[in-house]
Amino acid sequence: MDFKELITQKLKEKFPSVEFELTEYRDELTIKFDKKFIVEVCSFLKASLDLEFSWCSDVTAVDWANRKNRFTVVYNIFSMKHNFRLRLKADVDESDCNIDSVSSVWQAANWQERETYDMYGIKFNNHPDLRRMYMPEEFEYHPLRKDFPLMGIPGSLPLPKK
Amino acid sequence: MGLEAYLKDTGFITTQVNAIIAWARKNSVWPMPMGISCCAIEMMAVGDPKYDIARFGSEVMRFTPRQCDLMIVAGTVTYKMAPVVRKIYDQMPDPKWVIAMGACTSSGGMYRSYSVVQGIDQFLPVDIYLAGCPPRPDNLIHALMKIQEKIGKTKASQFPNLASDVKSITLPDLNVIQNN
Repeated sequence: MDFKELITQKLKEKFPSVEFELTEYRDELTIKFDKKFIVEVCSFLKASLDLEFSWCSDVTAVDWANRKNRFTVVYNIFSMKHNFRLRLKADVDESDCNIDSVSSVWQAANWQERETYDMYGIKFNNHPDLRRMYMPEEFEYHPLRKDFPLMGIPGSLPLPKK
Repeated sequence: MGLEAYLKDTGFITTQVNAIIAWARKNSVWPMPMGISCCAIEMMAVGDPKYDIARFGSEVMRFTPRQCDLMIVAGTVTYKMAPVVRKIYDQMPDPKWVIAMGACTSSGGMYRSYSVVQGIDQFLPVDIYLAGCPPRPDNLIHALMKIQEKIGKTKASQFPNLASDVKSITLPDLNVIQNN
């Protein structure tokens, strides 16, 4: 059986109530589902002996600006055993701008989620240390949001006096 | 050697205090290598035997600001880095000079972005803006020679004891981010 089919089958068996939206493009599999199942699905993908997605290579987000669910959080995970990359997606709306943290599943997600929080302002529930990654701690904005101007907000980043 | 041998017993030279201090000062400019990114690689090349900044008395790159006269800001200065650069500059003893090495430090360069300071002259007094991305080592030596030229023209009276005089100096507040 194709490994992609195996993943799909396993997920559908394990989570019959979850709706998985599968996309395949250029031989890459993307699975999109509701954000409240993120931790369960991720733990399963990691723990399942047939799949073993042991490495979370990246967590990031997309800002769709005018769309109803404004953000999409994207997880790129990798199975060392099968040399296979999988992309997980979950929509997050601006009014309820949070998603559960997967740093309990993959330690590596800790800083990647901090970066996503810094750049998009998406809160990660149950994150052990949700501080800004790049911008100064007192900075109030999230630079990769579409409504943030390219040159920043005048006066928001203080400079030393000349 | 020639002149010393000729003058060794009875010879003396007359000069002005200003002239001899400026002469000594300009031939022993000790740089603070504020290497932040890729320009620092070219700055290191300046110290090697091919370009040899020792010919100008500036081979002693001091990694403590307290022993330096010249700060070479080599690399992209972000808003987060700016207070650090300023703090190191403040620790250097007077008189001191600054070279803004490369496009990033002079104007933000290709980083027209919210995170990069669009020119370090917003928070540091810059003496030389050095073009290039990164500038060639020859170009950095040229900047150093320009600094030497500038130092050569200074007078001791231009450097009062700044510690006691510091309250009377008011510099304009240029803490402005350019709007896009």
